[in-house]
Amino acid sequence: MGRYQPPIYVYRSLGASRVGRRVVVVGAGPVGLALAIDLRLRGIDVALIDEDDTVSTGSRAICWAKRSLEIFDRLGVARPIVERGITWNTGKVFHRDRLVYGFNLLPETDHAFPAFVNLQQYHVEEALVARADALGAEVLWNHRLTGLDLRGQPTLTVDTPDGEVTIEADWVLACDGAKSQVRRLMGLDFRGQVFEDRFLIADVHMQAEFPTERWFWFDPPFHPGGSALLHRQADDIWRIDLQLGRDADPVEERKPERVVSRLRAMLGPDRRFELAWVSVYTFQCRRLERFRHGRVFFLGDAAHQVSPFGARGGNSGIQDADNLGWKLALVLKGAAPEHLLDSYDAERGPAADENILHSTRSTDFITPRSEASRRFRDAALSLAGDHGFARALVNSGRLSVASVYRNSPLSTPDVDAFPERLCPGSAAADARVGDEWLLPRLGGDDFTLLRFGSEDSEGIPSVDALGSSVARDRYGAESGTAYLIRPDQHVAARWRRPTREQVADALARATARVS
Amino acid sequence: MSKGIERPDEVYEALIELHRDLDDASSRRIDARLILLLAAEIGNADTLKRLIAAAREEADAGRGASSPTHGR
Repeated sequence: MGRYQPPIYVYRSLGASRVGRRVVVVGAGPVGLALAIDLRLRGIDVALIDEDDTVSTGSRAICWAKRSLEIFDRLGVARPIVERGITWNTGKVFHRDRLVYGFNLLPETDHAFPAFVNLQQYHVEEALVARADALGAEVLWNHRLTGLDLRGQPTLTVDTPDGEVTIEADWVLACDGAKSQVRRLMGLDFRGQVFEDRFLIADVHMQAEFPTERWFWFDPPFHPGGSALLHRQADDIWRIDLQLGRDADPVEERKPERVVSRLRAMLGPDRRFELAWVSVYTFQCRRLERFRHGRVFFLGDAAHQVSPFGARGGNSGIQDADNLGWKLALVLKGAAPEHLLDSYDAERGPAADENILHSTRSTDFITPRSEASRRFRDAALSLAGDHGFARALVNSGRLSVASVYRNSPLSTPDVDAFPERLCPGSAAADARVGDEWLLPRLGGDDFTLLRFGSEDSEGIPSVDALGSSVARDRYGAESGTAYLIRPDQHVAARWRRPTREQVADALARATARVS
Repeated sequence: MSKGIERPDEVYEALIELHRDLDDASSRRIDARLILLLAAEIGNADTLKRLIAAAREEADAGRGASSPTHGR
């Protein structure tokens, strides 16, 4: 297998120096592409501009969480990603020379998708570009944003190979990453915490028989004092991540001979490997104070940034797109008032805080910043072999799951007794119903009433899952139970035996037609 | 036996926060205070002795000696 050859996408001219577009997505990364696809599936015209003409350089985001895979499935791109990627559910944590414990992120059966699929970001982007093209999204490569005027209608100045172009947009969706040009042009603060430790990422091409698991070491013999991560990607590429410490010299550490000698120590003197990509990085945990600024929305790394531990960057961005797509489509079709869009910030703001909190805690555990902190960490690790409680303290990354939109203005609080799982705001759980998976039948184009032998409701498509004992169990359902599911497959409301009026009220609330 | 720790990440964070900006001697003093407070909350002498022995295990294993009061 040769080195990855990135595609070169064809530049198309807008054909005029001044054009109007309803929705402009800035940035053709995974988040912008997912959002463009979602909007196209909902019948909304969308233009997507990107400053270059290819996919991401280097593997970057590699771990796609179950919830992202479910969203990709709704968008019609899960199949190429799962087929090309590496499916995994389990991992191991080592301390010095011994195994501390193993874990399984998806101990339940009966899910269409695994806990994770590992696939290089460039492969994911390629699949998304193909889908966006097929759905008629206007993807404009080599269109670099240079100006943004928000005094009236949002007006974008864009640099292209044919010169400067002005795009008047109704809505601007900034998916342009950690160095967001939209954010910079608007002069918005991006505040948070900077971590000083440097890390080395090396993607290595090698034939290896290691199991398809996430392996994480604290203070291993081959890299004393640091942490190490080994993870498999597609095409016999392996991700290796080594903590280098605060004083590491990034220029020295990037030198191939230096990287190779570190990897030799880890992989053994006889292992044949080839470097595919090397990066020395530090990271930040920070966010914009608000994700909506009038007609401009921020998604993914443009809105919030986390440490890599927990795979919460790319995955939370995909959840951002999932959250905004249906809302913007309803507003553009006149089916919901504009303030429905405020719920994007109300729901994804707390999600970002949760991701930042988890990723900050993981970072503090992995790179202790004081002697006391290091003592507690080593104590937790040394107890974890014999004591279950200590395993729960060991934090090598709390891996991304779907955020629950607690206290969402769109949710109808429970009036009936239910288990905590799948409370309003949760992403719906999958299960087999007859010969089919449940999730693809929920949400998407419209709200869905998930019934368990309960009455149908006028004007809302419905699915009856009473026949599936797994679904009944996961939803805590009895005969008569019903869940109102949003287009993004999150739970809006649930009842033991709803009246038509209750369902209608919950639907009105979930579309901001009442406050 | 052990009940485990509720909301472990939150508790762990509070423990680390407890030591913020303290020098090493102060840190150790605070830890000793905390241990005594926790011991009082547990109360039961046999339980405490069992936990004390479990904590010691690693140090003794390191020296190649076995703990004389191996409670498990």
